[in-house]
Amino acid sequence: MIEAQGVSVAIGRKPIIADVAFEARPREITAIVGPNGSGKTTLMRAISGDLPYGGSIKINGAEIASLKPWQAATMRAVLQQATALSFPFTVREIVRLGLVGGRSGVLPGEVDRLPDRALARVDLEGFAGRFYQELSGGEQQRVQLARVLCQVWTPVLNGRPRFLLLDEPVSSLDVRHQLIIMNIARDFARSGGGVVAILHDLNLTAMFADRIHVMHRGRLAAAGTAAEVLTDTIIERVFGCRLKVGVPPADGTPYVLPHSAIG
Amino acid sequence: MSGAVDDPAALPPPAGPLEGDRTARARAVVVLLAATLAATILLSLASGASDASALAVVGGWIFGPEGGDAVLSARDAIIVEDIRLPRVTLGCLIGAALAVSGAVMQGLFRNPLADPGLVGVSGGAALGAVSTIVLGGTALAPVTALLGIYALPGAAFLGGLAVTLLLYCVSTRRGQTSVATMLLAGIALAALAGALTGVLVFMADDRELRDLTFWNLGSLAGATWVKVLAVAPVIAAALATAPFLARGLNALALGEAAASHLGIPMQRFKHVAIFTVAAATGVSVAVSGGIGFVGIVVPHLLRLIIGPDNRYLLPASALLGGTLLILADSVSRTLVAPAELPIGIVTAVTGAPFFLWILLRRRGVVDL
Repeated sequence: MIEAQGVSVAIGRKPIIADVAFEARPREITAIVGPNGSGKTTLMRAISGDLPYGGSIKINGAEIASLKPWQAATMRAVLQQATALSFPFTVREIVRLGLVGGRSGVLPGEVDRLPDRALARVDLEGFAGRFYQELSGGEQQRVQLARVLCQVWTPVLNGRPRFLLLDEPVSSLDVRHQLIIMNIARDFARSGGGVVAILHDLNLTAMFADRIHVMHRGRLAAAGTAAEVLTDTIIERVFGCRLKVGVPPADGTPYVLPHSAIG
Repeated sequence: MSGAVDDPAALPPPAGPLEGDRTARARAVVVLLAATLAATILLSLASGASDASALAVVGGWIFGPEGGDAVLSARDAIIVEDIRLPRVTLGCLIGAALAVSGAVMQGLFRNPLADPGLVGVSGGAALGAVSTIVLGGTALAPVTALLGIYALPGAAFLGGLAVTLLLYCVSTRRGQTSVATMLLAGIALAALAGALTGVLVFMADDRELRDLTFWNLGSLAGATWVKVLAVAPVIAAALATAPFLARGLNALALGEAAASHLGIPMQRFKHVAIFTVAAATGVSVAVSGGIGFVGIVVPHLLRLIIGPDNRYLLPASALLGGTLLILADSVSRTLVAPAELPIGIVTAVTGAPFFLWILLRRRGVVDL
């Protein structure tokens, strides 16, 4: 469980987020949505332990700021938005970095094969020998996810849930890989871990997130399930867009959208 | 986790080396380099202006002096043990220190072009060293009296440390080290240290000038056991620390935040790395002057062969750095024998074109 109360972060003298309450439960995908510059990534970085913060952020009961890096590394793994690499590492060498400080949770004999399993999970089987810098942006993003998965391979360690913190995990992916990655997150949650993901695609959010936190101008604007949060009024207030939130009809009812007409 | 691909049994057992895994090659290269270094040391002990036979001397160490050749052996022993051996030892230590400093610095700044010489660390160390030579008799007299042979390496170390810390402070904001700022700041600091050194040289009297010139040529000539003993503990400590930096340097390739997420205590890590580089560079500059390009050329060459994994890159750099500097020293003392070419000229003449070649070859990959 990640629980945050009254969280504020200032960079220099400029307050970026203020008085944010946040909760991410194990067995759930918790999404953070909001317009550009609303403080999503800052909130995520505070939860990751990158930024000094006011208020309280606890992971499994321990205050984030008081955790040593190697302790935090066993409780959560972090996927950042973009990772520029400084040296020509192979894909295997990058994925293996996930095993540097944390505890994958697999048996010692399986550790050598873990990078291959992680790469297979993210649909990059056979990429281990390629150079990271030669891959496309979407492939690089999935390599990084494979590395992050290695760090917390078992969603539960010693009876305590572990967390994946994902900052826009599907931002540069095609639709097939968006679904693959979101299903990995869902599997991780169903196996007892917790997932926090910053997402921009509200449809994907509605489809996968168990709970949604909406950020707006550095504050929490709303929190709840998709049905509670993704409403016409909240979307208009937060994103400044007047639009109608649609709901697919009940299961089994065929429906036809006029803009799906071909030719 | 579910799905067929997640079952460990579903993947075929590893047949031979894993794809993209360069550890086996890296290990082999490290062993090969160790053998090369050993051979280079022996070759270097055996060759020189005198015909003293190292073989006989080494044989003497092992089997005891042989009766008939006792006189000749004593002369040979002095040449080998007191002239060649300290010089080879010093070359080995300094080459290793410079190459490892370069590799650590490149990892720390996440940039393949960082080098203690290029970004002013050597300049700062030189300033410290020159200060003790010029001010040692006057302003700094109590310090030099107190520290004795350790005053010069100590001052060089502090100078190198000061520049490294300044460099890091200037180029790091909110935990992000800007590579462009680092290079520019390094050039500025190198210029500043050079100018201050110039002021000291300007102030120096004739005797001090001779000391300065001798020191500044960048040479291993005049290597004595006293000098070796002054630098050996520091370089040995730095080389012993380096393996503990390897994991952190590898993680740092992903950026500082990601390295921290992986469980590396970044603040402490950076402090140890900076201190190690400053110590190794400082004492190297103190005894041998400015020997350029070893710190850039050696790690680069090795990255092309074994990849950037610092667990192997650091020991391999130490071994190859030691080997190359001993060879460069051999060239410097045989090319224009009986005179000696300053070793800094040899490393620059071979290193600079290589550096240019790296820039051309990697222009597309290295993005400043």
